[in-house]
Amino acid sequence: MAMRIRTVSYMIKQGLTSIWRNRMMSIASIGSVASALVILGIVFMLVLNINSLAESAKEQFDSVQVYIKDEVDAAGIEKIGEAIIAVEGIDEIDFLSKDEALENMKSQWGDQGYLLEGLETNPLPNSYVIKMKDVSYADGVVNALKNQDGIEEVKYYKDIVDNLLKITHFIRMVGIGLIVILIGISMFIIANTIKLAVASRYREINIMKYVGATNWFIRWPFLIEGLVLGCIGALIALSVVGYGYKIAVDVVTQKLYVMLSAHMIPSTIAIQNLAVIFIVLGAGIGALGSIFSMRKFLRV
Amino acid sequence: MIELLNVTKQYTNGTMALSNINIKIDKGDFVFLVGPSGAGKSTFIKMLLKEVDPTEGKIIIDDLEATTLSRRKVPQLRRKMGVVFQDFRLLPNKTVYENVAFAMEIIEAHPKEVRRQVPMILSMVGLSGKSNMYPDQLSGGEQQRVSIARAIVNNPAVLIADEPTGNLDPETAWEIMKLLKQINRRGTTIVMATHAKEIVDVMQQRVIALEQGRVVRDDRKGVYGYED
Ligand SMILES: Nc1ncnc2c1ncn2[C@@H]1O[C@H](COP(=O)(O)OP(=O)(O)O)[C@@H](O)[C@H]1O
Ligand SMILES: [Mg+2]
Repeated sequence: MAMRIRTVSYMIKQGLTSIWRNRMMSIASIGSVASALVILGIVFMLVLNINSLAESAKEQFDSVQVYIKDEVDAAGIEKIGEAIIAVEGIDEIDFLSKDEALENMKSQWGDQGYLLEGLETNPLPNSYVIKMKDVSYADGVVNALKNQDGIEEVKYYKDIVDNLLKITHFIRMVGIGLIVILIGISMFIIANTIKLAVASRYREINIMKYVGATNWFIRWPFLIEGLVLGCIGALIALSVVGYGYKIAVDVVTQKLYVMLSAHMIPSTIAIQNLAVIFIVLGAGIGALGSIFSMRKFLRV
Repeated sequence: MIELLNVTKQYTNGTMALSNINIKIDKGDFVFLVGPSGAGKSTFIKMLLKEVDPTEGKIIIDDLEATTLSRRKVPQLRRKMGVVFQDFRLLPNKTVYENVAFAMEIIEAHPKEVRRQVPMILSMVGLSGKSNMYPDQLSGGEQQRVSIARAIVNNPAVLIADEPTGNLDPETAWEIMKLLKQINRRGTTIVMATHAKEIVDVMQQRVIALEQGRVVRDDRKGVYGYED
């Protein structure tokens, strides 16, 4: 079906006119799509960031960190290293001197690294980082090492990671539930807006029917109306969530939660992704909403 | 042109609106469909337009079989016909010109064609001077002329009218009948449902009389035949 340009422009004009004519309902539709997408965006950004945080925490997940007391000398450190290798399940060990540890921290803190310059003594310990053959050895390794001479502390992040994963999972589930409900509500409101639009053009549609307008000629304007409402809602949501996220990143960075902000998804990338998701969802909600109500109220 | 074969229509509530109708209408015919209220005239007309489907039988219009026609082809069927109703059904926020042009626009006629055809049809129905007026500025008879203009502007083979004079005083009704006769003379088939006895009696056209859903009479040059 090759549609002519004037037909397309006729349909767009009809769709937009109808949005204006039923502006109260149009505003309600746009508002509901926008709020559904704003919540979706917030949940989405939370999940993504927690995921990325959990992901980087996971790198330490299968490593055990052994902190060595400051009074232990080089020979003692060597001996502890040999003792560690002897434990069952060890794949690889790496020595991290206190100076290296401080350097690492400085580079992780990035712009704020200069704050560490002022330290009189290096508070970080010498340590070994242990990679295990398998996660299942972790408990054995920790137990074997924690009471050894010269060892200050044995750290293993399993619990933190587990909890992080649990929280991520929970947020994801609640988020999905919330999103499904909100999308349902927005579709319902759009369907009602279109129903009203169909009702207010009842006479026209009736005449179009008798004169022999095709189904799609009658329906396109309503579909366009739904699409436009959905997309406007998406754009509003995009600016709210995009701007909000940018502020959130700034605040987190400024408040010195440097370690955290290093793992946050940059706002430009976030906005690009949100834009695609929002437009697709907004258009989808709008189109489906109008198709639902046309099925019911536009028997041609 | 139009053929009904053993057509029966029973509404879902059980009302038998038409029973076993067999009618053939030729190209260029002028047919009155008469009968008391509830006889099935409107149902007959709605079936021609495929607004309702018969429960039994076949309806053939030109080269299309309305009864088995797919949804997608319904517009094709309706473009063969123009319709006029008792209540005019004009769009109040469009001018006379726009109301008529609308019928061409929605079948995607070329704008040049619209600008040529609409004034011609308006002059034919005697409304040239009123093309920029709105329906509520017109008399009932004038409004019905606009609706007739809209029905014939796409040159349909058949003009269908359901009680077109029902809302008009006798004098105006006669004006409308003259217009319909004039359209018929140009070769358009006309099917008109009415219970206006005087009109039917004077016009001397084919009369199909319905009563309780049955054809009780089909006269080539008939009269109304009832005293209601
Ligand atoms: N949609 C409908 N549902 C049920 N019964 C109907 C419907 N339309 C018409 N009828 C019934 O069918 C019969 C014929 O009606 P109609 O065709 O409108 O007659 P007319 O136009 O001659 O007055 C009447 O008894 C009427 O009540
Ligand atoms: Mg009737």
